[in-house]
Amino acid sequence: MANMQNEKTPMPFQDPTLRSKNFEEVALGYTHEMAINEAQRCLNCKHKPCMEGCPVGVHIPEFIQYLVNDQVDEALREIKITNNFPSICGRVCPQESQCEAKCVRGIKGEAVAIGRLERYVAEQGKVAKEEVKSNGIKVGVIGSGPAGLSCANDCAKAGFDVTIFEALHQTGGVLSYGIPEFRLPKSIVQKEIESLKDYRVKIETNMIVGRTITFDDLWNEGFKALFIGTGAGLPNFMNIPNENAVGVVSANEYLTRCNLMKAYDEKYDTPIAKPKHTVVVGGGNVAMDAARCARRLGDRVTLVYRRSLEEMPARHEEIEHAMEEGIEFKLLTNPIAMIKDDLGQVSGMTCVQMELGEPDDKGRRGVSVIEGSEFNLDCDYVIMAIGTSSNPLLKDAEKSLEVNRRGCFVVNEDQMTSVQSVYAGGDAVSGAATVILAMGAGKKAAESICKELLG
Amino acid sequence: MYKILTKKQLNPDVYLYEIEAKAISKKVQPGQFIILRVDEFGERLPLTIADYNADKGSVTIIVQAIGASTIKLSHLNEGDFIQDIVGPLGKATEFEDAKHVCVVGGGVGTAIAYPSAKFLSQNHVKVDMIAGFRNTDMIILENEMKVIANHCMIMTDDGSNGNKGFVTDALNKMMEENKYDLVIAIGPIPMMRAICECTRPKQIKTIVSLNPIMIDGTGMCGGCRVTVDGKTKFACVDGPDFDGHLVDFNNLVERNRMYKEEEGHQCRLSKEGK
Ligand SMILES: Cc1cc2nc3c(=O)[nH]c(=O)nc-3n(C[C@H](O)[C@H](O)[C@H](O)COP(=O)(O)OP(=O)(O)OC[C@H]3O[C@@H](n4cnc5c(N)ncnc54)[C@H](O)[C@@H]3O)c2cc1C
Ligand SMILES: Cc1cc2nc3c(=O)[nH]c(=O)nc-3n(C[C@H](O)[C@H](O)[C@H](O)COP(=O)(O)OP(=O)(O)OC[C@H]3O[C@@H](n4cnc5c(N)ncnc54)[C@H](O)[C@@H]3O)c2cc1C
Ligand code: SF4
Ligand code: SF4
Ligand code: FES
Repeated sequence: MANMQNEKTPMPFQDPTLRSKNFEEVALGYTHEMAINEAQRCLNCKHKPCMEGCPVGVHIPEFIQYLVNDQVDEALREIKITNNFPSICGRVCPQESQCEAKCVRGIKGEAVAIGRLERYVAEQGKVAKEEVKSNGIKVGVIGSGPAGLSCANDCAKAGFDVTIFEALHQTGGVLSYGIPEFRLPKSIVQKEIESLKDYRVKIETNMIVGRTITFDDLWNEGFKALFIGTGAGLPNFMNIPNENAVGVVSANEYLTRCNLMKAYDEKYDTPIAKPKHTVVVGGGNVAMDAARCARRLGDRVTLVYRRSLEEMPARHEEIEHAMEEGIEFKLLTNPIAMIKDDLGQVSGMTCVQMELGEPDDKGRRGVSVIEGSEFNLDCDYVIMAIGTSSNPLLKDAEKSLEVNRRGCFVVNEDQMTSVQSVYAGGDAVSGAATVILAMGAGKKAAESICKELLG
Repeated sequence: MYKILTKKQLNPDVYLYEIEAKAISKKVQPGQFIILRVDEFGERLPLTIADYNADKGSVTIIVQAIGASTIKLSHLNEGDFIQDIVGPLGKATEFEDAKHVCVVGGGVGTAIAYPSAKFLSQNHVKVDMIAGFRNTDMIILENEMKVIANHCMIMTDDGSNGNKGFVTDALNKMMEENKYDLVIAIGPIPMMRAICECTRPKQIKTIVSLNPIMIDGTGMCGGCRVTVDGKTKFACVDGPDFDGHLVDFNNLVERNRMYKEEEGHQCRLSKEGK
């Protein structure tokens, strides 16, 4: 008999006042009892609506039923059929707009906490290593974000000799340099990456494809197919007056200093500003992460977003957590200029108040400026988190790769680019999206690579 | 890990390192740079590739020990390893078919300017060199410059090498006697700015190499933003070379001060810890 409790089994969280000053994980994870209790809320629906909401089609009811029967290893095996890295997805997927949005329990109460269960299974379950014989064919993966890792994983398990080339000194892409430790511990990301080595995956960091090594070099070294998972790392700015003032940084810079270069850890040499009042501009996951890091390293933090709370694209949980941690929200507000002092240091910003218009055909409401609503907001640090575009470095080096107007690689239904045997996926193709979509694209490309090279 | 093949001390605080970096050594063009991390806890440090040897698989950097990370680097010796090196980064210098070029270096900037001068002279372009230092003890690369330059002037602020004056004095003099179609100026920001003011009235194209604070060096962080001709550029991918007559030097000076307080603190720590 299913557990008819209307609410999700609560997740234990670190206390907001404590956690707003440390970088330890905020969500502590379910205990065994909590996990079983939550799993029992699943109705094991025959038509599996939840599965449709998941971009990679995780076998949700099946894995949950294994969990109900306390067969954690079986549950993990079931998830891994379609999702290579559940310990990551369980933590960072926007479940409320994906799997959990479709769950029937969500009609009367709260959806089954699919993400939390996935995390629990990934942490507690074990699957045996498969024995895979090398087929001697070399496949190169460019970029070690979720797209690249997922493609490498599937190619290696199909027998290919995979090498991952990563531009930075550390692997993981946004999982390492963007998403903070308190939301996704780096030890978990590195454990997943280490496990690829069981399948002979080689990792070469400090390798910028297009610079350190070119496609021609790779073909000459005997690679038979390449996958591009280079992400969408180029930060956007607003192009407003004084935006180059000292103390105005991109979220990428701020988060890289914090996460990749561990500015919060005294052992590291990385310098980082310790402002009194930080303003973060934006309303997505990136803005939320930057604001929460700034709260931990600095003092007062205000988030400025041009639409209202409802339109915010960030995961709901992150918005809630940010508020609990004492971050102030200034909604329907947009900066139009930065203000700098005599030394060129930012000292504030001029903002305007916005109002929401009627929804367009897609249901998204436009915004317009309220005349005469200008006001100044004092601050000594500004983090711009208003989106990213694709980085032109690789396409400038490999001119035969076709890109669209936004600079994203163009691919066909097999994820193949305009160059034969070169595949692409993730943010580099879609523009900034989500971890699970990037993983799904990597997986699909791996299938196509198998089809091309193994027949 | 990247092995240090040779280390030489060129003056009291400038060191030359030849480092094994096979893949990079095969791709270098003049004007490009690398980013290195001394150890696991290190900052990402941008340094120009002063020379390279594709057969040996090595790149050479010349570095001035001025702050926490460069001092840490200066403690490494032959046979030691550097944690990470990535490159080559940045655009190669565009010489635009110049016929007669004057290359001006200030302090350690001389090391950054020298590879361009060497490249030009090897490609049969007439090159003059001017280099300026605080005093005679600080002079670096004197013999190397003399070998490749048509005419070489080395200036010292205090005249201790018998040639007192600034590089701008030397350039003004040289411009009277020669008709340059390109000037390359690399050194401290005030020096580059001053050189640009010398060449502006004569409308001689002047390339400067900018060194804003960088992290990734691939266009990902935007930390290296500079204002050129009123537009924002990322020095690591759009530069580091820019047309000096279009650079907003004020903004560059302000931005390089960014982490002064934090760095100052670390710098003291590292010196005390020695
Ligand atoms: C701060 C932040 C928070 C986010 N939070 C969430 C979240 O909670 N949930 C969610 O689903 N999504 C989130 N996202 C979005 C998600 O992280 C991305 O959609 C996803 O990481 C894209 O994966 P990817 O593999 O395509 O690219 P990336 O993760 O960007 O990885 C690309 C990798 O390629 C490397 N690379 C680039 N060019 C080259 C080259 N020429 N040669 C070699 N290597 C190269 C890069 O260094 C990088 O490591 C967040 C993004 C950010 C920035
Ligand atoms: C493209 C590029 C090429 C460079 N090539 C060389 C080179 O060939 N040889 C060389 O000696 N140096 C070079 N530099 C400068 C070198 O990177 C800096 O000296 C170094 O980062 C300082 O680090 P630090 O920790 O030792 O000093 P810090 O403690 O960080 O700083 C000491 C002082 O230098 C200033 N500073 C910090 N970072 C930089 C920077 N990137 N540029 C200028 N000043 C800075 C600080 O504000 C402070 O006043 C280059 C810089 C760039 C961007
Ligand atoms: S991968 Fe993400 S969307 Fe799919 S079931 Fe897991 S948490 Fe939900
Ligand atoms: S829709 Fe909800 S209740 Fe139904 S099977 Fe999926 S998770 Fe279980
Ligand atoms: S150093 Fe990061 S964008 Fe240039």
